[in-house]
Amino acid sequence: MEYEAVIGLEVHVQLGTKTKLFTRVPYAYGAEPNTLTNSVVLGLPGALPVMNLQAIRDSIRVGLIFNCQIPEICKWDRKHYFYPDMPKNYQISQYDKPICQGGEVEIELPGSARNIMGKHRMVKLTRIHLEEDVGKLTHIGNESLVDYNRAGTPLIEIVTEPDMHNADEVFAFLKSLRMHLLYAGISDCDMEKGQMRCDANISVRPKGERKLGTKVELKNLNSISGVCNGVSFEIKRQIESLESGQRILQETRRWDAEGGITISMRSKEMAHDYRYFPDPDLMPVKISKEWRESIRAEQPELPFIKQERFFQQYDLPYSVTSVICPDKELSDYFEEAVSLYNQPKMIANFIVNELLRELSVAGTNGSLPLAESKVKPHHLASLAKLVDQSVISSQIAKEVFNEIFKTGQNPEKIVEDKDLKQNTDTSAIEKLCADAINNNPKAVAEFKSGKDNAINAIKGQVMKASQGKANPKIIDEILRKLLA
Amino acid sequence: MSNELFFKSAAELGELLDKKEISAVELIQSVIDRTKKIEPRVQAFLATNEEKVIAEAKASDERRAAGKKLSPLDGIPVATKDILADKGVQLTCASKILKNYISPYTSTAIERLRDAGAIMWGRTNLDEFAMGSSVENSAFQATHNPWDLERIPGGSSGGSSAAVAAGETIIALGSDTGGSIRQPAALCGVVGLKPTYGLVSRYGLAAFASSLDQIGPFARTVKDVASTLQIIAGHDRYDSTSFKANIPNYTESIEKNKGPWKLGVPKEYFGEGLNPEVRVFIEKAIDFYKQQGCEIVEVSLPNADLAIPAYYLTATAEASSNLARYDGIRYTHRSSDATDAIDIYSKSRAEGFGDEVKRRIILGTYVLSSGYYDAYYVRAQKVRTLIRRDFEQAFQRVDALLTPTSPTAAFKIGEKATDPLSMYLSDIYTISINLAGLPGISIPCGFTNNNLPVGLQIIGKPYAEAQLLAIADFFEKAHPHYTKNPSL
Amino acid sequence: MDTSKHKIDIDYVAQLARIELSDAEKVKFSGQLENIITYCEKISQVNVDGIEPMSHSFPFYNVWEEDTPESTFAVEDVLLNAPKADEDQIVVPRVVEE
Repeated sequence: MEYEAVIGLEVHVQLGTKTKLFTRVPYAYGAEPNTLTNSVVLGLPGALPVMNLQAIRDSIRVGLIFNCQIPEICKWDRKHYFYPDMPKNYQISQYDKPICQGGEVEIELPGSARNIMGKHRMVKLTRIHLEEDVGKLTHIGNESLVDYNRAGTPLIEIVTEPDMHNADEVFAFLKSLRMHLLYAGISDCDMEKGQMRCDANISVRPKGERKLGTKVELKNLNSISGVCNGVSFEIKRQIESLESGQRILQETRRWDAEGGITISMRSKEMAHDYRYFPDPDLMPVKISKEWRESIRAEQPELPFIKQERFFQQYDLPYSVTSVICPDKELSDYFEEAVSLYNQPKMIANFIVNELLRELSVAGTNGSLPLAESKVKPHHLASLAKLVDQSVISSQIAKEVFNEIFKTGQNPEKIVEDKDLKQNTDTSAIEKLCADAINNNPKAVAEFKSGKDNAINAIKGQVMKASQGKANPKIIDEILRKLLA
Repeated sequence: MSNELFFKSAAELGELLDKKEISAVELIQSVIDRTKKIEPRVQAFLATNEEKVIAEAKASDERRAAGKKLSPLDGIPVATKDILADKGVQLTCASKILKNYISPYTSTAIERLRDAGAIMWGRTNLDEFAMGSSVENSAFQATHNPWDLERIPGGSSGGSSAAVAAGETIIALGSDTGGSIRQPAALCGVVGLKPTYGLVSRYGLAAFASSLDQIGPFARTVKDVASTLQIIAGHDRYDSTSFKANIPNYTESIEKNKGPWKLGVPKEYFGEGLNPEVRVFIEKAIDFYKQQGCEIVEVSLPNADLAIPAYYLTATAEASSNLARYDGIRYTHRSSDATDAIDIYSKSRAEGFGDEVKRRIILGTYVLSSGYYDAYYVRAQKVRTLIRRDFEQAFQRVDALLTPTSPTAAFKIGEKATDPLSMYLSDIYTISINLAGLPGISIPCGFTNNNLPVGLQIIGKPYAEAQLLAIADFFEKAHPHYTKNPSL
Repeated sequence: MDTSKHKIDIDYVAQLARIELSDAEKVKFSGQLENIITYCEKISQVNVDGIEPMSHSFPFYNVWEEDTPESTFAVEDVLLNAPKADEDQIVVPRVVEE
C-alpha cells in the first residue's frame, strides 16, 4: 500500500527586541549566567509584568508578512506547568485570542538543479501567538544548573496547518520562514542559538484516505537538518509500523540526532492540563485598523515578489536572484548600484562572484557585514562603467575590485594609479602578437590546420605579455589578420 | 499626655513635630516603648527594626530643622503588612515557605512612603498569603485583638489593624482582596480603606488574587488615611493595572466636601446573618446621616448572594496560579526529603504551606482544571459582571452605600477555625466590593456591650475616594471614637 | 440543577497543584472542598446568557512600554534566597527533558 505523510509544524522564533516581553531587562545571547534578570524575570513575590510594545509591533509585522488576520483584540493567558526553568511555573502566552490568525507562507520546493527554480506553493498557517521564553538548564552529573537569562524573552509561536507531506516541504517551509523573518529584521533565526526552535506533528495515512492518522509530536529538532532527518525517520517509522500491522500510538517522541532515531517521551495519558486563564496582571491589546494598516504600509517588498520583479526588470538569472533577493540589504545595495549605472547583470555578477566571496572570508567572526564593506554601490557602478566602456578588461576589473575592497578607493583612481587601462595601441599589440606567434609554433600549426580554438592559447600569451591590459577584441583581430 | 504620643493621630503629631514640641526620634521611641510593653500580649508584629527606624527618625528631624519636610507624614511611623516587598527586609507572607526570604527589591507603596519621609516601622502579622479573616492562618503566631485579647483582630491584615489600635504604630499598610483591610479595621476599631482597584500600585505586593488585591492604609482617623492615600495613590509604570489619572488632594476635599449626600442602603446587606447588636449601630449611623440632611435611599443588589461563590471561585483560581512560584527551586523553602525535581515541588509545598493555603490552591487548581473551567471560572467571571452591574445601577441613584463591614464583632480565637465555609461567610459584606473593583472604607461606629468595636462600611463609586473620605470624615467628626483606646 | 454533593478527584488535583497530601489530609480536604464547591454551585442557577465574563475591574487596553533596556539584578540578588546554588546558577536535582 502507498502511504502519505501529513505534517504540521510549531515553530518558536525569538524576537530580536532589546528587552524582554514583560519587563525592560535586556537580553543578549551568551551573557554570564543570571546577569539578565530582575524581580519580574525571576517571578519574585510582588513582581508584575509590563508589555513590550516593540514585541507587539514585530508580531503584527510577522502576521502581515504571512497574510494573517490581525484581530482587533488579543489577550494574555497563563499556561501552567511546573518546571525549574520557568520561574512562575506558568508561562504568559496567548490561548484563545492570539495576535495573528490564519495566514500562509510561500515556499519554494527544490528545483531539478541548483540553478533552476523549483515549484512554489503556499503552506497554510493556523495562527501565530506571542509568549515568553523559559530559562536554560545545563545538566552536570546528577544535578541541573538553571540560568534565567533567557527567561521572559519574547517568542512568537508559528503554528501551521497539517499541510506538508515530506521532509523537503518541511525544509522549504523553514527556509522560507527564516528568509522572511531575517528579511524583515524580526529575528536572526539561528537554530544553534535557540532563536528558532521547531516541533513537528506527524501522521501517516493510506494514500487517498481523507481522515488523518494518529499524530505523533516530535521534539528536540535542534537544526534545520535535524528537522528534516527527524521528520524523514519518523515518517518511515510510522509507515513501517503500519505495514507490520502495528498501531501508531499518540505520543511525544524526541529526535536523537546521534542515534538517528526517534524515542518515545510520553504518551497521551500523561498529557498536560495547562489550566489556561486570562492573566489578570495584563490588559488586553487592541489593534486598530489604522495602526495595522500603517504597519502594513511600511512593509518592505517581500523576497519572492522581489525575485519576480528582478526577473522582469533586470533579466537576471535564477542563480543570481536566488542569492540577492532573500537579503534585503543586498537587494537594496544592488538596486542602488544599478540606479547609478544601468548594467544590472554585470553588477549582479560583481556582487555574487566577488563581493560575497570577499565578505565571507574578511570577517574575523563569520562573514563581514555588508554595511562594513568598503565597497559601496557607487564603486560597483563605476567599475561596471569602466568595463562596459572598455577602459579595463573584466580580468582587470577583478583586480580593481580587490583593491577597492581593501582600500575603499574609487576604481577610476585605482586604474589611473596602477596604470591598468586597457591597451588599445594597435602597433604595440601587433608586436606582442607577432612575438606570440613566433613563440608558439605548435598552436599556430593547429590553428592553421583548422582548429579554431587553438587561437586562445596564443591570445593568452599576448594577454600575459601585456599584463592583462591589452584589449582582447583587438588581440583577436590582429592575430587573425597575422595568421590569415 | 505627651507620654502617649502613640495614641495620637498623624495629623496631630505632624503639628507637634512642626512646632518642635516633639521630635521624630521621641515619637518613634514612644512607639517602640509601647510596642515592647504590649507586644507580648498583642503579637501584631512579625519583625521590628528599632535601630534602623531611630536613624531614619533622626534624618527626619534634620529635614524638618532644615525646613525640608517631605510630606505631612515625614517622621510618622508606618507599619507594613509582611506581604509588601522592601529591599533587604524579610517578606514572609506569614508562611513557612518564605520564612527566611529577604526581598531584593522594594514595593512601590513602601518606596513612596519612604520617599515621603515616613518611618517604615515593623512588619505586621497576617493570615498566610492574606488568606483568612482572623490571622489564625499565620504560620508564626496568632495576633490578639487589643480590645479583647481572647479574640481575633480580623484578617487578613489583622496585624496592621491591631498595631494601630494598640498604639504600636501610627499608620499601617494592609492589603484587601475580599475585606482584608476593612474587616480587621472594623474589628479593631480603626479606620481602614480599600481603594478602587488600580488606584494604588500592586508592584511589590505578593499576589493572592491579582484581579482583586489592593493595598490600603489603616489609621486612627479618616484624615490620616487620606494623607497616607495621597502618598501611595497614583499611576505606577510597574503595574499594568495601575490607573492613569491625576490624584485629587484628598485632605483638602475632606475639608471642602460637606454634603449633603444621597446615600444608599442595600437591603440585601441587612438579612438574617447580621448580628442584631451590629445592626443597631449601623442603623444609628444611617440615622445620623439622615438627620444631617442626607437623603437615604433603599437600593437593591440582587446578586449579592452570589458574591461569595463568585469570589471564592475567582480568588482561589488566581491564587493557585500566583502561588505556583513558591516551589522550592529559586528562593523558597526546599524540602530536605526531596530527591528529584518533582519531589522538590510537592514536598516543599506540602511542608511550606499551611492548611488554608493548601485548601485554596487545590480548590483553585480544580476550578481551572480541564472540564471545570467554564462551569466555575468563566461563570464566576460572568457573575462578577452581574454584581458590578448591580452596583452601577445603585450608583445611578446614590453617591455612596452604607453597610455593615462585618456581620459580627470580633469572634473568639479558635471559634471558626475548623469550618472554612463559616469563616468565608464572615466576608459577606466586603467581598462584592473587590469583585466590582470599588473603593470601600470601614470606620468605627460604636462598641458592643462587650466593648468590642463595630465598623460602618461606606462603599463609593470607582475612583471617588475623595468623596468617600469626606462622607467618612463627616461621621467621624460627630463620633470621635478614635479618642477611645483599648486598655492594655 | 444537580444538588447532590460534588465530588473532587483529590489525587489528580493535588498532583496538578504539586502538593503532597497525606491520606488523612486527602479525606479532610476533599470533605471541606466538596462542601465549598457544593455551596458555590449557587452560581450555576443564575442566567448568564449573553453576559461577558469580567477578568479586569476596568477595561483598559494597550498598557505597554517602549523597548528601552533598564538595569538588572546583581547575581547576588538572584541567589540571595536560593536553597542551593553553584557557578552563579540555581542547582536542582537533574531534571530529565520533558
